[in-house]
Parts: sequence; C-alpha cells; structure tokens
Amino acid sequence: MEPRVIDTAGVQALVDALLARGYTVVGPTVRSGAIVNAPITSVEQLPRGWGDDQEAGRYRLRGRGDDALFGFASGAQSAKPVFFPTEEVLWRGRRTPDGFTVEAEDLQDDRRDDQPGADAPYALLGVRSCDLAAIGIQDTVLTGRRPDAAYAARRAAAFVVAVTCSDPGGTCFCVSTGTGPRPGPGRGAPYDLALTELLEPGAHRFLVEVTSDRGAEVLGDIGSTSATAADLEAADGVADRAARRMGRELETDGLKELLYAAAESPVWDDVATRCLACANCTAVCPTCFCTDVEDVTDLTGSLAGRNRVWDSCFDADFSLLHGGRVRASTGSRYRQWMTHKLAAWIDQFGMSGCVGCGRCITWCPAAIDITHEAAVLRREAAEQEALP
Amino acid sequence: MSRPKLAVWKFASCDGCQLTLLNCEDELIPLAGEVEIAYFPEATRAVVEGPYDLSLVEGSITTPGDLERIEQVRRASRRLVTIGACATAGGIQALRDFADVDEFRSIVYAHPEYVETLGQSTPVAAHVPVDFELRGCPIDRGQLLEVLSAEIQGRAPRIPRHSVCFECKRRGTVCVTVAHGTPCLGPVTQAGCGALCPAYERGCYGCFGPQDTPNTASIAARLRRDGMAEDEVLRVFRTFNAGAEAFRRESVRHEAGAGVGRGRKGEP
Repeated sequence: MEPRVIDTAGVQALVDALLARGYTVVGPTVRSGAIVNAPITSVEQLPRGWGDDQEAGRYRLRGRGDDALFGFASGAQSAKPVFFPTEEVLWRGRRTPDGFTVEAEDLQDDRRDDQPGADAPYALLGVRSCDLAAIGIQDTVLTGRRPDAAYAARRAAAFVVAVTCSDPGGTCFCVSTGTGPRPGPGRGAPYDLALTELLEPGAHRFLVEVTSDRGAEVLGDIGSTSATAADLEAADGVADRAARRMGRELETDGLKELLYAAAESPVWDDVATRCLACANCTAVCPTCFCTDVEDVTDLTGSLAGRNRVWDSCFDADFSLLHGGRVRASTGSRYRQWMTHKLAAWIDQFGMSGCVGCGRCITWCPAAIDITHEAAVLRREAAEQEALP
Repeated sequence: MSRPKLAVWKFASCDGCQLTLLNCEDELIPLAGEVEIAYFPEATRAVVEGPYDLSLVEGSITTPGDLERIEQVRRASRRLVTIGACATAGGIQALRDFADVDEFRSIVYAHPEYVETLGQSTPVAAHVPVDFELRGCPIDRGQLLEVLSAEIQGRAPRIPRHSVCFECKRRGTVCVTVAHGTPCLGPVTQAGCGALCPAYERGCYGCFGPQDTPNTASIAARLRRDGMAEDEVLRVFRTFNAGAEAFRRESVRHEAGAGVGRGRKGEP
C-alpha cells in the first residue's frame, strides 16, 4: 500500500480506531519528569511540545516550543515491560483435603494497575526503531528454543505503530548498531504502521507507511490523503538529519573478539570503582531478559505459588550456586553484562544484544558509558599490540 | 503436633517493628493458628514460659543489662530472628558511636550517675548468634510475613539483598536521581520497602541498610556532584543504619571534609 498522510486529528482517529478494535493503546506520555509508556486514550496525553536532554547519568525534559508529538529520544522504558512484565505469576497451588490443585490459567494478567497496559491485546504507539530491534531480539530469545507462551501470546496479539526518531538524544548510537533511526521492514520486529512526523509550520502532518494487512485495515478506518513526493522527501530528511545527530558512537568491528580477549583487562576493576551494582542498566535495557523465579507460600501453607520476576546479573545472588557466588566482585558482573551484551549474545542468538538506545548510559546513576568503556578496551588492546 | 511457641522481645528501640507485626491485621488470626504467641508484652500480658521455638528480637544492645538479657533470650530460643534497623545495625541510637556518651549523659540527665549505659549501640548479632536478620526502619509487613511463613514451614526466607533500584524499576518509578537530580541512597540500599520514597519523588533514606554490594564511595561522589556538601553527605549515611559497617565507613570518610569527628568533640 502506498504511503498516506494524516494530521494530528488523524493520530487521534488512529488511537480511536485501535481502541474500538479492543486494544489497550500504550503510548508515550509525560510523568514524573520523564517520558514513560502508559495506557492512553487521547492525543492530548502524548508529550506534545516536549523534548529531552540526555547525558550519562542525566535526563531532563525540555520544552521544544513547538507542537511535536514525538520530538524526544528514548523514553525511560522501552516496550519491554509491556510484553515482558516485571512480575508474572507462573502458577498457584492450593492444598486440598486429598492433595493439592494447581492453577496456571487466567493468571497472566494479574498485574499492577500502574504498569503499562493491564489488559492485552496491546497497541503500541510510537515505537522507535531501536526499540523495534529490541523487540525483535526479545522475540528471538523468548520464543526460540523454549518458547515463553505468555510472551508469545502478547506479542502475537499486539499492534505496533512505529515512529521515525527525529530527535536522537545525547546517549543515542543506533546508527552504530545499525538499528535506526528510521524503522525499516525486515529490521527488528515486524510493525503494522510507521509514522514520520513532519513539523512544517502550518502543515504539521505525519507520513504513514503501511507494512501489514492489519495496518492497512486500521488506516482504512480513518481519513488520510495520498503522500506527495514532497512528503516522502520531507520524511527522508527527518531520518537523515536524525542519523547525523547521534550523541554517541560504538565501533562494532571486531567488538566480539575484542571483548573475549579482554577478560583479564584492568578496565573491569576501574569500572568497578564507579559501578553501583544497582542493576538500573539491565532494568532499562530493552533486551536484557534475565529473570528469577520465586516460590511463595502463605502463613498456613495452604497456598503456594511461583512468580517470575525480573532479575539482573548485577545482583550478587544472581550467580549464587552451591558453595558461593560465581561473580562476587562488581567488576566481574560488569564484565559479564557487557561481554554478554556485545559479544556472547552474537554466538548465542546470532545478533548483538545492543540496539544503541542509550538507556543504560542515561539511567546509570554513576554515569557509566558502555560506548566509552568499549573505546577504552579498544585503545588498551591497540596499545598492547603496539608493544614490542 | 503442638504449635511452635513465638516470643517477641524488645531492647533499645521505638517499638515500630513490633507494631508492624500488630499491623498484620488480616494475618494475625491465621498466625495465631500456626504459632502460640507465648511472649509478646506489647500485645498481651499473658506469658507462657520458655523455651521458645522462634524469638523475634527488636532493638539494639545499649546497656549492661541488655548484654545479660540477650544471652538469656538466646538460650531460651531455638531460632532467633532480629527485626529492624536497631536490632540489625544498632539503629539511630548508634549515633552515640561517633560521640562521647559520658558527655551526652552529663548534659541530658540530672543525675547521670544513675544511668548505666554502654559506649556503643550494637546489633544483636554482635553478641549472640542470630539465625536471620530482617532489615528496615521499620521492617516491611510483607517481608515479616515472608520470614514468619518461612520459619513456620522450615524453609529459607526469600528476602533479596539487592538494591532498591530493582524495586523502583519493577514498579515503573522514574529514577529521581537521573531525572530530577534528587539525592537518593537507593543504589546502595537494600530493597524491601518496595521503593516507597522514590514512588513519591523523594530520594531513598537508606532505611534498610546497605545492599549486598554497596559502592558507597561512588554514590557519595554522585551526591557531591548533585550539590551536597561534605557534611550533608556525612549526615545521609548517619541515620537509622549509621552503625551498619558500609554506611559507618563512608560517613567517617567525610568527617574531615565536614569538619567534624571524634577529634573535635566538645565543640558546639
């Protein structure tokens, strides 16, 4: 289907059409000084006129002085908590007079009200290219060899409206990772529609590219006009300008080999002087997927259950085996995370685990920068090689 | 099978952690069905003699009498679980560890010679073996029930020792340090409260003491960068868990910069 054009009223019509089809629409909104994902019903809830300034360990909203709906970089969270909730009930068991019963059905949406979208199916509005790539990675991880049924069901039911990133942040590097700034079919998770916001004064509009039958159907519900050559050119311009404004860079050539060779590098001890082992990086990373299962009982022992909760390789007990912790030092935990993300992930899943969204840099209270640490490792390796 | 006997003891403390047990309103009746509440003066005058299967101990050790009594409690208890910042780290009263107790005593009491007190406020585990330490000022109701359930059922309690940041992210709270520049001890503090303060856009006060791997020097550098003076940094580490080793050490590191310390006692 040829690209179409809608205006801001058209975005509202799109939200309405998705709501009418029974979706919980999850989109960006301003809360507590940041852009977060939350269930929305109106364009008025989008971050109209808000941009952001992001640096290592620092995030601030910034008024743009225009009406842009998507004029910001990565929000505080990706789509990860929507499809892969922070806490999920796996089963509940009940003691009965002659044994016990186990309930595993109808528990999956036993979720907190403050989490995005308490009810599936979800329609995600405004998913960036980096986050689409991340969803694609999580699809590979979570629906691969040992499929996670609840995740797969939420993903299959979801409608995705992608958006071209127009204003990358100071910690963005999706050009380096080849994951953005413009959504492209076949790159990352599939999506149904892709918007590119065109902010011309007096002609604030959105180019809509249609990539699925479902997307075409929904777009058919709302009024749109044909895209002109000027619209297409303007959209290309938005993506080109964004690509030239990456705040960070990550040299990916030979990165896997570099990290494997750096297992004993002094860099890890240096990072450990700053690293808080707080796990914020893994929690905001759109691809980190580690979980723990916790078994719970009530006081009387008549009710037991198993929950799956987000975990992190920065938690000391994450590597607790009989006899002790495999990764007792903070340096060994950072090494594990970075080496898995940028190197071992490639051997394990056939792709890097990093999509260049920059969240681990922005949301690190200690301002640790994975692109900087990679550059330091590279420089150190080059110096080693230069030695006689 | 008879129900296990539960005892609840108080040392130097504010009773808030015992109140957390009384606040378990919906669970008190089931609890009374599972255990015999044998000694709990805050709740009932009825006393069932020991020995006890499980003792919950609130409060820190601050007097010579405490030293004797905690030995008796230990001898009378099959399992001993300490509850709260006082019992696990010495509590707010461990601020005395950084000052001269004789001097306090002479200023506060008309007849200081009647007051017998120790120079330091210490956790129970400094004196007798403790089977489990439940942190918090006060302790969290849900965590207390988890520990009681685990004790009743003879399993390990599930009390994570990681940072408060885990809980902020799980409940979808925006990081107050990164997004607002608000000083927060969350990254070095053990989870357990459900990240209560950051959920209301306040920084973490460290009520649950140091997390498993606390990098207090790094968070102190962040606090300084966000505008805190040395004496303020010292003070954030000297609250309810001032005596917890990682927080104590970090606060001492800032004594020189703050112009305070044991070497200058006696000044106003």
